[in-house]
Amino acid sequence: MIDRTVLKEHLVKWVLVAFALSSLLFLFLIFIFILAEGLPLFLKVGVNKIIFGMKWAPTKGYFGIFPMIISSFLVTIGALIIGAPLGLSCAIYLSEYAGKRTKMLLKPAIELLAGIPSVVFGFLGVIYIVPLVRSYLGGSGFSLISTSLVLGVMILPTIISISFDALVSVPRTYREGSAAMGATKWQTIYKVIIPSAKSGILASFILGMGRAIGETMAVIMIAGNALKIPTSILDPLRTLTGNIALELAYATGDHRLGLFSTGVVLMVIIMILNYVANFGIKRKIAK
Amino acid sequence: MSFRHWVILLPLIAALLSCSAASNDKPGKKHTVTIAGSTSVMPFTEKLAEHFMVDHKNFIVDVQGGGSTAGIQATINNTVDLGMSSRPLKGEEKRLNTITICYDGIAVVVHPDNPVGELDLDRIRQIFSGRISNWRQLGWVNRKIDAVSREEGSGTRGAFEDLVMKGREIDDGTMVQDSNGSVKEVVATDPYAIGYISMGLVDRKVQPVAINGVKPSIKTIKSGRYKIVRPFLYVTNGELDPKSRQFVDYVLSKEGQKILKNEGLVGFYD
Repeated sequence: MIDRTVLKEHLVKWVLVAFALSSLLFLFLIFIFILAEGLPLFLKVGVNKIIFGMKWAPTKGYFGIFPMIISSFLVTIGALIIGAPLGLSCAIYLSEYAGKRTKMLLKPAIELLAGIPSVVFGFLGVIYIVPLVRSYLGGSGFSLISTSLVLGVMILPTIISISFDALVSVPRTYREGSAAMGATKWQTIYKVIIPSAKSGILASFILGMGRAIGETMAVIMIAGNALKIPTSILDPLRTLTGNIALELAYATGDHRLGLFSTGVVLMVIIMILNYVANFGIKRKIAK
Repeated sequence: MSFRHWVILLPLIAALLSCSAASNDKPGKKHTVTIAGSTSVMPFTEKLAEHFMVDHKNFIVDVQGGGSTAGIQATINNTVDLGMSSRPLKGEEKRLNTITICYDGIAVVVHPDNPVGELDLDRIRQIFSGRISNWRQLGWVNRKIDAVSREEGSGTRGAFEDLVMKGREIDDGTMVQDSNGSVKEVVATDPYAIGYISMGLVDRKVQPVAINGVKPSIKTIKSGRYKIVRPFLYVTNGELDPKSRQFVDYVLSKEGQKILKNEGLVGFYD
């Protein structure tokens, strides 16, 4: 009888292990398939001509995605310029100033913001932001600045929740020590808490960047998708993700492979960002 | 097995039995018609196939994409029964039989408030290749032209490149949208935009430009005066086989043509 119970326990454990490992398996499979589809073109056309190529005309044999790499980084930095100060301020307020009630109101609101589908952000962008930019700043409105604005809002939940965790995990003794020295609340935040939570806050920015660079639907709807590197914040631009999603429907042959190569580059960028962010989070925990 | 299980299982068994009984009614085996080619023609062929299969229960019409060239090649190799093409045949391909199922006009559209109601092909080519970039050059306000194109690989873009650009490249600064609908949305909201869409989708939200003095319409396309038109073709290697003929006959029938017309295409009999 006891044997059977033990057996059952073991069975449950191994089933759970199998399911847990399956997520790893999926990641591995995705990795393998993207590489298998994306790498052949790198070998055929040449890494240089793809990564540093200026011209994208896949049906005519040009596979340069350099303008898209630059554009992806531009919108991401734009999103950070908007999202980082807002998100950090919100996190500081939540962790240092907000009372229980405000927290109870704000936290779910932020979670809700994270749950809004990106197509909704894109739609709001097209309906409100694009016309506003067109009439007050000029250009077509489908532009770097519109995209950055929308992405800046989209990365807020990531930045807020991770910086909040970093700020909250600063030990009480730091605050008390600072207060004992006669520092005001703002001085404590500015001189003690933010510096000690620095690595976690940076990690939140980098994960926000990862979210922004990987965003697709909203970007296609607002960015205008022109192939040139934008020369002003009012110019349209095309990101790496946008390129894949725009053209996948009709792509065949080398064109399709070219889109997978775009995917390989995107995957490498996101892996680097995640690695850097994890590094920051680990250092915080080690402290 | 408990009573509850039977309550669920019995209807299922009954359903299964009735299904097999129904399929036994028609002993004749299913005919399969395979069609491949142009992604511009594909959605319409799929729609026609759906309707066709409702009336012809013993037919399966299998529609695949791949592009005009791939479809034509597959027809030459006899790997499909029918090929779809949204461009005329060239060179060696001409030995295939072609059946024109309808015509698709491409309209160049601007915002309804735009006073530039007429352009010639040359001007349009210059706008999309980036040589004309300001509305002032076309006699309107001093404002950048927001040209909108389609993504690489799109059939509409391919036809526009063939019929209007004629070898000139579309400028890299041109905005790109991934469907006729999105291009129309951009043009409908941005007063300084210009784009091109399938004629069937033109409505009051956008204004079609007259090209060399001719507005796109079923009439002008039929008379051959509107020039940005592409045929939608089915191609076959030699004579049509009887099962494919049934499908093609349906497509060319009043009923089939009505479906195409509802989709905004210019039917063969219009």
